[in-house]
Amino acid sequence: MKKLLPFMKKYIKFAVLSPILMILEVIADIAIPYLMSRIVDVGIANRDIEYVIKIGLIMIAAALLAMISGVISSHYGARAGFGFASEVRLKLYKKIQGFSFANLDKFTVASLITRLTNDCNTLGQVTMMSLRMAVRAPFMMIFALLMTIRINASLTKVFAVSIPVLVIALIIILSKARPLFLKFQTRVDRVNAIIRENLTAIRVVKSFNRQSHEEKRFKERNDSLMLTALKAITLIVFLMPVLNIIIYSTIIAVLWFGGKQVVAGSMGSGELISFITYITQILMSFMMMSFFFMQLLRASASVTRIAEIIDTESEIKEVKNPVKELADGSVTFKNVCFCYPGSTEKTLKNINLHINSGEVLGIIGSTGSSKSTLVQLITRLYDATEGSVIVGNVDVKHYSIKTLRDNVAFVLQNNTLFSGTIRDNMKWGNENANDEDIIRALKLAQAWEFVSTYEDGLDHKVEQGGDNFSGGQKQRLTIARALLKSPKIIILDDSTSAVDMATDAKIQRVFKEELNDVTTIIIAQRVSSIQHADRILVMNEGEIESIGKHEELLVSSPVYREIYESQQKGVGV
Amino acid sequence: MKEKQLKPKDPKKTFLRLFSYFKYNIVLFFGGIFFIIVGSSAEIGINGMISPVIDALIGDNDSGLFVKYLLIMVALVVISSIFQYIGNLSMAKLAQKTVYKIREDMFSHMEKLPVSYFDKHSHGELMSTFTNDVDMLNQSLEQSASQILISFVTVVGTFTVMIILSPILTAVVAAMLVVMIYSIRFVSKRSAKNYRMQQAALGDMNGYTEEMMSGQKVVKVFNYEDRAIDTFSKKNEELRNASTLASTYGVMLMPIMGNLSFVMYAIISMLGAYLVMINQLSIGNIASFLLYTRTVSRPITMVSNQLNSLFAALAGAERIFNVLDEKIETDEGDVTLLKDCTGKKALCWMVPKGDGDYEKVPLKGFIEFKDVNFGYSPEKRVLNKIILYAKPGQKIAFVGSTGAGKTTVTNLINRFYEINEGEILYDGIDIKRINKHDLRSTMSIVLQDVHLFEGTVKENIRYGRLDATDDEVVEAAKLANAHYFIKHLPDGYDTVLSSDGQNLSQGERQLLSIARAAIADPIILILDEATSSVDTRTEKLIAEGMDKLMAGRTTFVIAHRLSTVRNANAIMVIEHGEIIERGDHDELMAQKGRYYALNAGTAELS
Repeated sequence: MKKLLPFMKKYIKFAVLSPILMILEVIADIAIPYLMSRIVDVGIANRDIEYVIKIGLIMIAAALLAMISGVISSHYGARAGFGFASEVRLKLYKKIQGFSFANLDKFTVASLITRLTNDCNTLGQVTMMSLRMAVRAPFMMIFALLMTIRINASLTKVFAVSIPVLVIALIIILSKARPLFLKFQTRVDRVNAIIRENLTAIRVVKSFNRQSHEEKRFKERNDSLMLTALKAITLIVFLMPVLNIIIYSTIIAVLWFGGKQVVAGSMGSGELISFITYITQILMSFMMMSFFFMQLLRASASVTRIAEIIDTESEIKEVKNPVKELADGSVTFKNVCFCYPGSTEKTLKNINLHINSGEVLGIIGSTGSSKSTLVQLITRLYDATEGSVIVGNVDVKHYSIKTLRDNVAFVLQNNTLFSGTIRDNMKWGNENANDEDIIRALKLAQAWEFVSTYEDGLDHKVEQGGDNFSGGQKQRLTIARALLKSPKIIILDDSTSAVDMATDAKIQRVFKEELNDVTTIIIAQRVSSIQHADRILVMNEGEIESIGKHEELLVSSPVYREIYESQQKGVGV
Repeated sequence: MKEKQLKPKDPKKTFLRLFSYFKYNIVLFFGGIFFIIVGSSAEIGINGMISPVIDALIGDNDSGLFVKYLLIMVALVVISSIFQYIGNLSMAKLAQKTVYKIREDMFSHMEKLPVSYFDKHSHGELMSTFTNDVDMLNQSLEQSASQILISFVTVVGTFTVMIILSPILTAVVAAMLVVMIYSIRFVSKRSAKNYRMQQAALGDMNGYTEEMMSGQKVVKVFNYEDRAIDTFSKKNEELRNASTLASTYGVMLMPIMGNLSFVMYAIISMLGAYLVMINQLSIGNIASFLLYTRTVSRPITMVSNQLNSLFAALAGAERIFNVLDEKIETDEGDVTLLKDCTGKKALCWMVPKGDGDYEKVPLKGFIEFKDVNFGYSPEKRVLNKIILYAKPGQKIAFVGSTGAGKTTVTNLINRFYEINEGEILYDGIDIKRINKHDLRSTMSIVLQDVHLFEGTVKENIRYGRLDATDDEVVEAAKLANAHYFIKHLPDGYDTVLSSDGQNLSQGERQLLSIARAAIADPIILILDEATSSVDTRTEKLIAEGMDKLMAGRTTFVIAHRLSTVRNANAIMVIEHGEIIERGDHDELMAQKGRYYALNAGTAELS
């Protein structure tokens, strides 16, 4: 929790004023039973109606003052609490954006979202409550105790029994409740996970008629959740009767001992009445504090989860004084090996490769041969475990990440478009692109032919995930987006797999002829997509099997030949 | 913030509907009410005893009576504690079980919703309703259910006793309460409005974050981080403002109510003192009365606190009920499968003839499209007058440029969507007449987007047929050429896959999804660009296996790779939703039409 305190700075004014105003409210509230005792012991006893009215009006004034303080205090408390939470949330988001893939793989997307939304919200709520409860309850208790001592010090001794008993009861119950709450949270996550799965995979569920199977799976988790919830409730509900018994026992004890004193004349009946009012205030403060602790319990889980993110350092770090410009589009791999974080198995072994600036390099190989992993090292989506990757004669680790990624365009295997317009999506490549630039890129990527058919053209809406476009259309849009960067290097990871061969051929031509100063790296499954590359790299099980031109490989690489021939059968004659 | 999420509320209707859920736990409900009523009444009695106790002290000086009264108080304390405990526990359990039932209903309803519902709503939005709204309802019911009941009983009981003690003072209290209630309404209205805005802002942020997180690779690759942070910042501010206002109004009620009750306290003290002076009341009466004013205003304060979370929860409940009210996938299909018959896999279609009799049509796998028209929305038609047929065991391939409508066909054959005009016949039967469950049980579909589930590799393959043996699982994996990579996984077939199989590569996930389809032993197979993310070498191996799988099965293949379609019995070339060419490979090449052009794309290059 201490780590998070700095985020309060912006709202510290409210965080301080809120409790202060709260204390004012408490003082006014404490005065009232005392004033009432005066009405009985002085006013009624002396049959002095003027006095009664005077005191009564003071009481009303005190109450109104308390009300105003309380309202302002609430508002300030809310501002402080939620302001604090929003600062923390922003910081969390910035952190998460800076995470490397290894970091992101460790936490799951669902968990990160919960932390940003629910956990931060809980933090805000709890902070706001703390500023009120955590201040109100103790002060109320202290002031009330002072008053009771003032009225009758010896009678106050009764609290020496009731308070410890209450505290012990609270500790026992709450300590048992804590692990149950944590378990409860986990169970909630499990239930939400299966809902998420079904939401995204509903087609699979329906086509295999697995509805009842899924319902059974769900029931298991729902049952488990309810069981834990019931256990937790049984414990918490116990708190109320315990509290009640203690309060009323104290009242009865006070009536017994105090009663004797009233009869003996050493205490006024008004004093006795106000004493009883104070008992309630004192012990209720304890109850407020215990509710508050319960909220803290719920919140401590959230705080831990938030702190976890803040404490995680991104694995991809930048050096001081990074290089901010790319000399050219050449790429060299020197003795590069790579293992995924947490694994000892080498996904890439002994990669030694030089790609000239402006060259078109095709990469082909079987599933699992780590082609994608290889190219991801170029833009530092992952860092090589051994060896070095050099771009434009500078080690990639020495560039600023922004420079590297601005100059190396990457069209990924999984094409993500975001909800918004086509223009919005294209501007991801270049914030400052105007419509001309965008249309030019779309033309190069062979996407203009369908975008131009839309009535709203560039304003055409993209649904979530780009679902309103076919696979091939999505791929072409993402290529256009990448081209808008005007990169020195462009990497196409299986980016034309859903595009028909004629269009694919046109795209190849564009890269070879119109973009011939851009180093183009193409990972493909079809030989036809890379046949005319300057060189072709054949990968197998994480290593380079062979490299050369198409004609050379047909002779020297049995792997390549096999792939080529199996695809050739699709062509006529 | 989306305007449409700030729905006009009908809290009464939502509340009543929520209330109707209690019928599932009727014992808890009535039991809880009974125990709470008795317990709360006992507690009122305790406060009532203070009056005679104090009077006994001051006036009568009768210690015997004093002791007797104290003992009665002790007994009441015991009774009220026990009964209130049982009552509260019952109500809390009621709340939990109610939420349990709602969750269950939601999930099973979700499973029945048509595919179009999921295509139309964003995942973030749906998740928010299923999780956030349910959680809020949970919290709210748990805390509020018994509180409200106790408060109600306490207020009614206390008022009764107060009237007996002193009608005049009671009238004053009643007047004050009216003022208090008006204040509650004033604040609550604003509070409820702001809570709704808060939930909307939360949902909006949820959706945005979900998109950004899922698309992290793209964000990084385009250096979009700063821009994403800017947009997020704006949404964060919106949320902050909404939360602050919502909570301010929410929390404001406590000091207002608390201090208004003090004002009431003051007035009662003054008036009560006067009444004592003219001998209409005893001091003990005032003591009791003052305690009663606290007893009466405390529940009102507590309930008013609850009101806000209750309103927020009701807004959430409204959204939940909206989902529950969504029309489920209808199925008027009266044709079902019959076992031990003459068709494939010993199955027949049982077609009711209207006079109580049945016709048995052997299952063969003959599909016909007759003048089929379809569009996802009324304005935009995707398929036009489609006519085709596939005889049992034939392989039909669909080719055409992207967006031409090939994928749409797969949504129609298994009735994920219904056609607008025309007919699709299965073994001569209109598929609209065939029960969806039985229809889909004869088909397997391998989609472009692979979805796997949390569980072991074995369980995921078995998803295709739940009663498959381990040997059958391995057989299916071998057929799909997935066996090799599965054996190389850390725990082989027992390797646990993370959600959606993220710990496997794209190609491996494809192979698993093919194995899953294989084990189902379908009559009709639909492959939707299934092999596009798998490299050609592995594809060749799959093609061999698939040939074995496809023997005797009617297959629809939708692909771009012409090597996949070369063995098809018939190739349909689709452009702009219409079939422009049909025939087998040799026939179409001879025509030198679109198919030829698509093919020739390769020829031109070399």
